[in-house]
Amino acid sequence: MTSADSSTLASTERFSPLHQAHVDAGASFTDFAGWQMPVRYSSDLAEHHAVRTEAGLFDLSHMAEILVEGPDAAAYLDYALAGKLSVIELWQAKYSLLLAENGGIIDDLVVYRLGDTRFLIVANAGNRFAAFDALRARADGFAVSVVDQSDDYALIAVQGPNALAILDATEGVTDLGTDLHFMKYYRITDASFLGQPLLVARTGYTGEDGFELYLEAARARELWDALMSAGADKKLVPAGLASRDTLRLEAGMPLYGHELTLNTFPAQAGLGRVVSLGKENDFVGRGAIERGPEVGASVLVGLIAAGKRAGRADYEIFRSLDAETSDGVITSGALSPTLGYPIAMAYVTPDLARLGTEVYVDVRGTRLPATVTSLPFYKRVK
Amino acid sequence: MTDTSQLHYTAEHEWILVDGSIATVGITAYAAEKLGDVVFVELPEVGSTVAGGTVIGEIESTKSVGELFAPVNGTVTATNDAVVESPELVNSDPFGAGWLIKVEFDTLPTLLSPAEYSALIGE
Repeated sequence: MTSADSSTLASTERFSPLHQAHVDAGASFTDFAGWQMPVRYSSDLAEHHAVRTEAGLFDLSHMAEILVEGPDAAAYLDYALAGKLSVIELWQAKYSLLLAENGGIIDDLVVYRLGDTRFLIVANAGNRFAAFDALRARADGFAVSVVDQSDDYALIAVQGPNALAILDATEGVTDLGTDLHFMKYYRITDASFLGQPLLVARTGYTGEDGFELYLEAARARELWDALMSAGADKKLVPAGLASRDTLRLEAGMPLYGHELTLNTFPAQAGLGRVVSLGKENDFVGRGAIERGPEVGASVLVGLIAAGKRAGRADYEIFRSLDAETSDGVITSGALSPTLGYPIAMAYVTPDLARLGTEVYVDVRGTRLPATVTSLPFYKRVK
Repeated sequence: MTDTSQLHYTAEHEWILVDGSIATVGITAYAAEKLGDVVFVELPEVGSTVAGGTVIGEIESTKSVGELFAPVNGTVTATNDAVVESPELVNSDPFGAGWLIKVEFDTLPTLLSPAEYSALIGE
């Protein structure tokens, strides 16, 4: 706990190193995996639109950072994760999955290669301990250390069309290993902030261009303030988790606990490409993945609808107005702020997954029509 | 802006402005803040009969759905078309332009005073 007013709250709650910055900015807070995080500062719609058209600043310090280091680091990751991490280049990032033996998903994560034998894994806050426990257990027999550094790191994301210009203008950011202007998507570089180590990744969870910045927690407030100063004339606003959720939904990005669970096979979630069955080595979950999900297992689709009434998580899908049993369920849904109509991700039986299929969503007792569509719902113009 | 000290309240976070036999109903600033940005409002039809304590409409934000309860028994005499067109009025002016419905009633049930409502929401 870093702030005076947080010390009065229950000790089980965790606070970001940026908590006071959010309090100062008038944020409303929500519990996220035990963390008190800003849900919105003023308006989640305004924050959503700011990220789509200008820029937004997110505190993601609740996320978990796990450092993997050692001579066997690359081979270890090929065994521990679903993807082939050994082939990614230095300073490259890759989205991957941590599978259970039964093929279910323990977590989805991003892996950054920081050296020949050094990788940073970023896991979801809610899965921090499950992911770390699984990763540590899988290290047996490999010359590798797996260290949970979550408490040491702060994570700040600047996202939106103006993100590059803002980061470029941020005071104190120096020693960039790669010129930001030439840095590709899903790459990372080392840098310094006020003389301390900083990692700058061109990654995000919004569907926009942007950067994610990792640094020691003690320096987080200074970087947050430096970014806000640099963004003052570039329409940068602090953005909360509510806007992050609608942004990632429009971008068709899965959220663990919604689209991804311990009972979801990657292929069901449309993430078959993330699993490298082509790699020669064994990896945890391989046998189950090769057998595949059971016949008739539901698959993830996008749904769009007319009007303004959005289907939301856990609302059931029916194939007709009078069908007695449901044929699916929504995992995330909202009235899309960018598109203006309801969008949702849902698991449906395979025969309903064809694009253009008409289904019905039970919106609190009323079955409203929706159409199966491809993901993502929104794609930025590059 | 409505003088909120002249309003009655419910535990369901509605405010009621009484003018003769007409009750104007909206949701409180506290409720609007908790909901987040309101994006859709569904209101009962003008002329419909409502029973106090029953759900008669919905207020949807980007994040969640709030239910509108009838605070009194009566007949709906007006709904706010402006708020249906522009649901953000619920956030920007919950006690004024963001009003939802007007209900003609015979008897007013026991409602919360401003002080009681403030105590309820811990302010």
